[in-house]
Amino acid sequence: MADDLIEARGLTRAFRTKTGPVEAVKGIDLVVTRGEIVGLLGPNGAGKTTTLRMLTTLLRPSAGTATVAGHDLIRQPREVRRRIGYVAQVGSAPSPGTLVGSELVTQARLQGLSRTQARERLAELAPALDLGGLEGRALLELSGGQRRRFDVALGLMHSPALLFLDEPTTGLDPQSRANLWTHVRALRDAGMTIVLTTHYLEEADALADRVLVMDGGQIVADDTPDALKARISGDVVTLGLPEPGARRQAEAVVREAISVRDVVNTDGALLVTVDEGALAVAPLLRALDAAGLSPTSITVSRPTLDDVFLTLTGRTLRDEEAAA
Amino acid sequence: MRTDTFLIFQRQTRIRLRNPVWVFFGLTQPILYLVLFGPLLKNVSGGGLGGPNAWRVFVPGLLLQLAIFTAGFSGFGIIQELREGVIERQRVTPASRTSLILGRTLSDMVTLAVQSTVLVLVALPFGLRASWQGVLSSLALICLLALGISSASYAMGLILKDEDSFAPFIQGVTLPLLLLSGVLLPMSLAPAWLRHTSQVNPLTYVVDASRALFRGDFSDQHVWIGAVVTLALGVLLAYVGSRTFQRQSA
Repeated sequence: MADDLIEARGLTRAFRTKTGPVEAVKGIDLVVTRGEIVGLLGPNGAGKTTTLRMLTTLLRPSAGTATVAGHDLIRQPREVRRRIGYVAQVGSAPSPGTLVGSELVTQARLQGLSRTQARERLAELAPALDLGGLEGRALLELSGGQRRRFDVALGLMHSPALLFLDEPTTGLDPQSRANLWTHVRALRDAGMTIVLTTHYLEEADALADRVLVMDGGQIVADDTPDALKARISGDVVTLGLPEPGARRQAEAVVREAISVRDVVNTDGALLVTVDEGALAVAPLLRALDAAGLSPTSITVSRPTLDDVFLTLTGRTLRDEEAAA
Repeated sequence: MRTDTFLIFQRQTRIRLRNPVWVFFGLTQPILYLVLFGPLLKNVSGGGLGGPNAWRVFVPGLLLQLAIFTAGFSGFGIIQELREGVIERQRVTPASRTSLILGRTLSDMVTLAVQSTVLVLVALPFGLRASWQGVLSSLALICLLALGISSASYAMGLILKDEDSFAPFIQGVTLPLLLLSGVLLPMSLAPAWLRHTSQVNPLTYVVDASRALFRGDFSDQHVWIGAVVTLALGVLLAYVGSRTFQRQSA
């Protein structure tokens, strides 16, 4: 289809190691449509970066085929490179002597822009990424957030149709992260198609239209963040009931009044799992009121992608995050 | 490809000019040899040494030493660039792979040409008397050799990817090659076994040619043998380097 910017079939990459070949990516299929932001979510070693490196021509697939930005990945890598932008994981400290402006212009010129075009593009892009006035600044003097926005600018100088972001906010403080998210959303609003990898659940949730959950070199789920959450587990309504007798009574009332997936009686509260939390609250309260029970608090929480990941893989991402 | 090569050349040279510490650092060693070791040679006899001509024998050796160290260690730079992500982001451009490495080696070559010129100029007040056409031809040979060595060094940097294994490797290769080419003292002073061993070292022919050129002896057979060896070695190493770069980025 003309509107598919990525169409991959059976993409596989094996690496040789001391203990024999290891398949980092095991025959994944992938379609990305124009205008989408797709998040590849998974722990370290899940195959996210390897997938990205294959799709950006940096790594030759061991097997499989892919069309990226309208060109065959294996046979026309130069045509693919012209049309994609790639922002790698954050690198080590830059060399002394590298300046923001000249690095961006050189990158644009390697992408085929003329000197004039490159300068014009710099003048337009730098302010858009809050880098205006920093053109003469040494890369060494940039803050973490500025450096990352500079990296994004490198990938955008030639106005690609498709942008790859590898762990765009790893290592950033929360403020800089939120700031970068704003910029990524602005790119999407401008019609850019983006594929990003992350091991932050909030990031996939906040940015992606569609999330591909990767684990052990395979895609174990592919859906919108909301659909994934809805599919895996329902919403949880927490009813604050300090009195144990009232909790027992309430449990019976709740099971009677609405269809529940699960009710858990914990210390001081009753956790009611339902399909749609928002729709369950009113009938719940009416039934409890009729039985003469009044909870001290009531909260509805949607499952997080963390819960999703746990259900899909039996492991929690937070452990991986802490280890990373 | 010409544009891309020039862009890379321009970038590397610009960075070096902004941070020229290494250009000076590279020069300190040969200049120390020139100042602290060179004067001893005046009183050594044999092998064309002794008297004022000692400098014509010694300076070409120092030039080769400078070339081997400057170009040989250029791979350090690419290890840093790998970590920084520079290599990767240049690889995702449509620029030809050859130009990415050729631009770098050309920048190294120009740096070496400047360093070599400084070295020759510093040697003049010490008493170097040489044919200037010979010196220029000799510099051209050295630059060609450096082009190949720097390309091969980048290839090794890309393969080893780590300074801790790269430094001993380069040290381990360059030092015996340098000693076996007679950079400090001519091999004509060597015992037979050492002289024979040095004949399998291509650098020996480069130094011999360079010394003949400094004498202005263009008809000496060492000149054309050295030129052919340098050309072959330079082209071969440059080819190996750019092939490795291509394979590594496939």
